Amino acid sequence: MKKGQIISLIGIFVAIVIIVYTSSDSSYYVTFDQAVQMSMVGSSPKVHVVGELKRNENNEIIGIEKSPDYMSFSFLLVDENIREQRVHYDSPMPTDFMRSEKIVVIGAFHQGRFIADKILLKCPSKYTDKKLNAGI
Amino acid sequence: MPVYNQIPVMFHGAIGNIGHLFVITSFVAALIAAFCYWTASKENVVETKKQWLFNGRVGFIVHSISVLGIILVLFTIIYSHYFEYHYAYAHSSRHLPGQYMIACFWEGQEGSFLLWMFWQALLGIVFLTKRDKWEAPMITILALIQAFLASMILGIVIPGLNIKIGSSPFILLRDAMTDPIFQLQPLFIPKDGNGLNPLLQNYWMVIHPPVLFLGFALTSIPFSYCVSGLWKKQYSEWIKPAFPWTILGVAILGLGIIMGGYWAYETLSFGGYWNWDPVENAVYIPWIILIASLHTMMTYEASKQGLKFTIILVLAVFILILYSTFLTRSGILGESSVHSFTDLGLSGQLLIYLLFFIAISVFLVLFRWKNIPTTSKELTTYNKEFWVFLGATVLCLTGFQVFIETSKPVYNSIIRLFGAESNLAPPIDAVAYYSGFQLWFAVSIALLSGISQLLWWEKSEKNLQRKKITATTLISLIVFALIILIANVNTPIYMVLLFSGIFTIVSNLFLLYNLLKIKPNLSGGSISHIGIGLMIIGILFSAGYSKVVSLNNTGMLYNSDMGTEFNRDNLLLFVNETRTMDGFDIEFLGEFVEARNKRGYIKKTALQYTSDPYKVIAKKDILFGGKMLYNSKDTFEIYPENTFYKIQLSKNGKISATLFPRIQTNSRMGGILASPDITHTLTRDLYTHVSAPMPADVEPSWSKTEEIRVSIGKPFFVNDYVAVLEKVVPVDVSEIPGLNKQNGDMAVKVVIKVEGENDIYYAEPIFLIRNKNEIGQISSEIGELGSKLTLLNIHPETDEFTLGLNSRQKNWVIIKAIEKPFINVLWIGTIILTIGLVMATYRRFYNERSVSD
Repeated sequence: MKKGQIISLIGIFVAIVIIVYTSSDSSYYVTFDQAVQMSMVGSSPKVHVVGELKRNENNEIIGIEKSPDYMSFSFLLVDENIREQRVHYDSPMPTDFMRSEKIVVIGAFHQGRFIADKILLKCPSKYTDKKLNAGI
Repeated sequence: MPVYNQIPVMFHGAIGNIGHLFVITSFVAALIAAFCYWTASKENVVETKKQWLFNGRVGFIVHSISVLGIILVLFTIIYSHYFEYHYAYAHSSRHLPGQYMIACFWEGQEGSFLLWMFWQALLGIVFLTKRDKWEAPMITILALIQAFLASMILGIVIPGLNIKIGSSPFILLRDAMTDPIFQLQPLFIPKDGNGLNPLLQNYWMVIHPPVLFLGFALTSIPFSYCVSGLWKKQYSEWIKPAFPWTILGVAILGLGIIMGGYWAYETLSFGGYWNWDPVENAVYIPWIILIASLHTMMTYEASKQGLKFTIILVLAVFILILYSTFLTRSGILGESSVHSFTDLGLSGQLLIYLLFFIAISVFLVLFRWKNIPTTSKELTTYNKEFWVFLGATVLCLTGFQVFIETSKPVYNSIIRLFGAESNLAPPIDAVAYYSGFQLWFAVSIALLSGISQLLWWEKSEKNLQRKKITATTLISLIVFALIILIANVNTPIYMVLLFSGIFTIVSNLFLLYNLLKIKPNLSGGSISHIGIGLMIIGILFSAGYSKVVSLNNTGMLYNSDMGTEFNRDNLLLFVNETRTMDGFDIEFLGEFVEARNKRGYIKKTALQYTSDPYKVIAKKDILFGGKMLYNSKDTFEIYPENTFYKIQLSKNGKISATLFPRIQTNSRMGGILASPDITHTLTRDLYTHVSAPMPADVEPSWSKTEEIRVSIGKPFFVNDYVAVLEKVVPVDVSEIPGLNKQNGDMAVKVVIKVEGENDIYYAEPIFLIRNKNEIGQISSEIGELGSKLTLLNIHPETDEFTLGLNSRQKNWVIIKAIEKPFINVLWIGTIILTIGLVMATYRRFYNERSVSD
């Protein structure tokens, strides 16, 4: 066999290993119910949950609790199954948090409390912001 | 007679129409240029061909002038604050510093498309003036790419179909927003704009995007050459002229990526320069494949091997650039990236752009595959080409691994398209996940580049080669052992990585030494590889051995609600109180702001605020670094959004570093934003950012009021500090922030000087009389002393004053500091890599010219 073919075969082999590893090691977006179930079974794995902030009938965000020193806060997240969950976050509130239309939290349940390690925000762009908010 | 005391607000409707006309012209001209050049390239009759070439050139020049026109018009709109235009309103504001106006230009997607078009038009002009056989086919491809880019900012609705093509940067605010005010006043113009995202108010955001987009534009050159070569059946002739552009592309794109990383390091407080975020990955992949294509092109030039591999790689690079554009701009990454994207609804257009060039590439490759010449030469282990191909294969796998993982949102979309459910999420800990793979690829790449460089320049004599490799390995082992002894590297994988980095540096130094003796102009390659080796070692130390040094040594928990990590990694500092951190005495010396017109930091306690948040009055002479900035009573402008926390590190009483980490408050963007300050030393960076400032909207708990009677000039104590009431001054009520003046209002203030440990403070409590008998008191706070002074009463009969004193905890801040050892090795490596690549580019261009002469 030619050396060139050997290189190609090694390349293809490693590529397949990468594909297999990537697909077997995947994490998934879950709901809070699924996350609770997962935490019941042995150790509590970290998960992604997508949701929106809890709002009242006037469309105002409710349920935000800041620690007195601003260093952490917690909020109510409503997931796709409309299950509401308090999420605790150990850092100051991210920029754009209150403006976000969708939030992804990455974290896990610890003794019944959902602690987020990371928060990703999906914000409406300024282009869809139809109201003027400055300089009037 | 016109009234001059009011600034006339004029609605500038014409300029946007001119801009839009330029956009349409640039689109149409690009299509015409593509068509003319296409016809020219097929034409065999010399005269007709000349005519079509001429038409094509005119078309492309008109296109390029239009692109320049769009840029000038858009910049005029931003720079002149024409807030009747959505682009200026959404991305700029009156208080934005001049240099960041440039960053406004490319904050929006339209501006960044323009930047890309600008570079590509410029490159097109270069090929247009060369007038060689490649001009016609190449500019056909380039003009097509330009037409696609121009269509993204076209902003035209196809009548009847109701399909919008592109998003114009010249859209009026009243067309972009549905605010009811526009129905009442169609010519309404807001007084100020929304402002630039504070994260982008950084000088790296002024230079990083142009460099990155020049890199993007450069990848289209080898692509166009390759497509032209396949199309015109010049299967291998295209490689030689495309080669220098490929090297330049590697240099510029790499520089752009690293600059982006440096911006993140300086501006975002995630503690590093690379986060394996999809947006970063999207440009990392084409860069890696571009490097692979550079190596196979070189091998082909030297030994006519691997043409098919080269063609596939060159085509793949540009397609990956388009793929990255699609990923980052279509909104598909939405849930998986920390970056928030503005989705302009261009995803369909972007997808067509991507698929169009994939189709061209696949079609040409399939159609011409059989005719692409191959060699039957055998690769042997002692054959230099063998090692380069192996290296290129590893590079492809390096990119492939990132590609497979980053594309997860695309799989979800495709699977959902077929009606099934797919919820693949990105890795929980992206840095650990990607590093786990990429570490091993880096090891392989470093070792292979070391070996192949040793073999490349040697006539294959097995014994000599064996000797050289053994000698290099031995020297590398000695250097490795020395570094291990000093730097205490003990994780096995890091040891392997360190060795491979050293190995590539040593072998390339060998080569560089030999080349400098015989052919110094060929040394670009070895210099670049030394740069890569240094970068690997720099990354290994700065990322692998990054260490939190701000460990909480007070033994106190700041907040029991929070996790253990926060309490362990952060340091609470009260103003003017010394703590120890990592062998330093560390002290928080107060909150500072920046003046608009002068460099330097100004302590907040020296400023009297007015009703305009941008305007302040100096309470005393203000010095910075021994230089007088402002005299007492001077009125000047500041940037109220930014607060800098002065942190001083000292050792044995000698100041080692003064840091000013920043907090930006921007109510429009929502919330607060921390940016680090970094002390650079030769062996390490100390990276410090504020993790929690004292909240501004929570009233602290004050002690019970203590009342004292004082008179002018007689000292008294405020919270154990010596104070004296200096004078009484009448106050203009309209100048008091947050107060509406009413008729008959009268106010006075007393000026009290308090001597603190490090500074002299002035408190100026105000006493207000409204309607002759209503009394108001406005207290004055000295946060750094934890004191509040109130003027409770005035006794004209005895010339005495009653003051109310309250005390609280002094001002504080919580910081996090991270040590990044040997990060300079990474930056030095980057610079050396770039120098090496630019040298190689220069030599190749020079070669090409001397050959064609």
